[in-house]
Amino acid sequence: MNKEIEREIKHLKDKVKKLKDRVLKGNKKEAKKIEPLIEEMSSKIQELERLNAQVKPIDIVRLARHPKRPTTLDYIRLMIRSFMELHGDRRFADDQAIIGGIGFLNDIPVTIIGHQKGRNTKDNLKRHFGMAHPEGYRKALRLMEQAERFGRPIINLIDTPGAYPGIGAEERGQAEAIAYNLYKMSGLKVPIVSVITGEGGSGGALALGVADRVYMLSNTIYSVISPEGCAAILWKDATKSEEAAESLKLTANDLLKFRVIDDIIEEPGEGAHTDHEETAKRLKSKLLETIKELLTKDLSTLLRERYEKFRKIGVFVEDMPEDPLVKM
Amino acid sequence: MSKLFIKCPRCKTTHFISFLKHSAYVCSKCGYHFRLDAPKRIKMLCDKGSFREFDKNIKSLDPLAFPKYKEKLEASMNKTGLKEAVVTGECKIGGFPTTFGVMDPRFIMASMGSVVGEKITRMLEFSYENYLPAVLVISSGGARMQEGIYSLMQMAKTSAAVKRLNDRGLPLFTVLADPTTGGVTASFAMLGDVIIAEPDALIGFAGPRVIQQTIGQKLPKGFQKSEFLLEHGMLDMVVPRKNLKAVLTSLLEIHSTRPYENLRGER
Repeated sequence: MNKEIEREIKHLKDKVKKLKDRVLKGNKKEAKKIEPLIEEMSSKIQELERLNAQVKPIDIVRLARHPKRPTTLDYIRLMIRSFMELHGDRRFADDQAIIGGIGFLNDIPVTIIGHQKGRNTKDNLKRHFGMAHPEGYRKALRLMEQAERFGRPIINLIDTPGAYPGIGAEERGQAEAIAYNLYKMSGLKVPIVSVITGEGGSGGALALGVADRVYMLSNTIYSVISPEGCAAILWKDATKSEEAAESLKLTANDLLKFRVIDDIIEEPGEGAHTDHEETAKRLKSKLLETIKELLTKDLSTLLRERYEKFRKIGVFVEDMPEDPLVKM
Repeated sequence: MSKLFIKCPRCKTTHFISFLKHSAYVCSKCGYHFRLDAPKRIKMLCDKGSFREFDKNIKSLDPLAFPKYKEKLEASMNKTGLKEAVVTGECKIGGFPTTFGVMDPRFIMASMGSVVGEKITRMLEFSYENYLPAVLVISSGGARMQEGIYSLMQMAKTSAAVKRLNDRGLPLFTVLADPTTGGVTASFAMLGDVIIAEPDALIGFAGPRVIQQTIGQKLPKGFQKSEFLLEHGMLDMVVPRKNLKAVLTSLLEIHSTRPYENLRGER
């Protein structure tokens, strides 16, 4: 997995072999000196091999971006009955980087929305690799407000490198579109469940991520910046993305530990790309269980808990004022 | 840079620093608005002696053990005498009470980590509890990468706090100064009931360099500047710094009474 570690292991193994040969040929006195050395090296090899076998953050980044992963349309096909795609933001365009519509999750009518990456180059050009323009976020919000009107729970599937960086996107208010989604979603009067199904890239991901429950599939990432972007800023070297992926703490395990997400949905086998059906099945059962639970909450509890959920995220210290009589 | 003089980054005119404060730190020759630190803003906008600071003892931790972050925080604290990149409190502007927050670009480019998100949220909640309007003077490089996902989540936290404020019929006024980008623009900055910008400030979501790299062509002149955003309907007004206090006073005055009470349940 790691070339440097592999080189080191090989180097140590060669050394051990040479030492063992000497023991076989040499006298007993020398053997006594050499044997502890061999032992020490063997345990070092074992340790390195264990380290090498560990899945590293950059490997999860690669899995999260795997081109064969199921996309939002795949999940919809495998989970939602009578799905109807709805189009457009009623203001400017129909952004193909985010799709959405209505259908049934078993017997529950739902609105389901998600980033849509292309399945091939041509499709990806149309869908901007799942990077939405403002009209994508505005379409998503239109569909969410429609769901609110009809008391339908909302499912958001997140899989985007980030919001599209372009002239038109900025001219039409990329920042405002994202901000307004965060603002509105915090008060939408229906249950919302968001799941990171691939890449959770920054503001473009969060624009579908203000929810009552946030889950991640096990081989996905959620981050404030891409490892490449981080490396470019920090080390002025985009190729140091492996270190950046490590530093950013962007895996599902990290985020569960930070309590930024509520649970992890385990992917089957080597990852979601190896078994679409099974992945969708696991996702569906988690969604059903969650939505059924959320549907029993009264509105004020639902909204208060959603506010609290994001309100409490943050790490800091607060010193007491030196003189307790001084008004802070 | 010498301590007596400062060169205008735009027209290269040399100014006496001690004279510059009489022109509100605006270049007398070309109108360039120098970046301002938080104490100067407070002095310029809040009524004399009216500012009472909130939460001045909250400090950042290093939750990801991110390379060199601790040193960066330490250096910023020493340089600015502040504990973090935003100063919040309550004050009067033109006699009208309001909460007031200002970001300080000297502190890690006023990027938003847990503390910035927390202080702004607490300030908005203070407004909510005490039926006060809120004013935020913003300049920021965006989310603070060194705090990873925690910084991203501050966008959701602050935006939800603005929503609650508005639901109670209370306004947020945002003043965007150079530069306002990234996750800060894509949260509370663009959520002002009235959005004001200083002239020629860089305001956007993606940075110009990232956009240029992505599309591989030159960016139009004035792209992502205040006047460009005004033209595209993203701002209410571009206000030169010397008029800022008067404009904020007017806004606070207009919002100080509700001729028609349509929020009985909320207020």
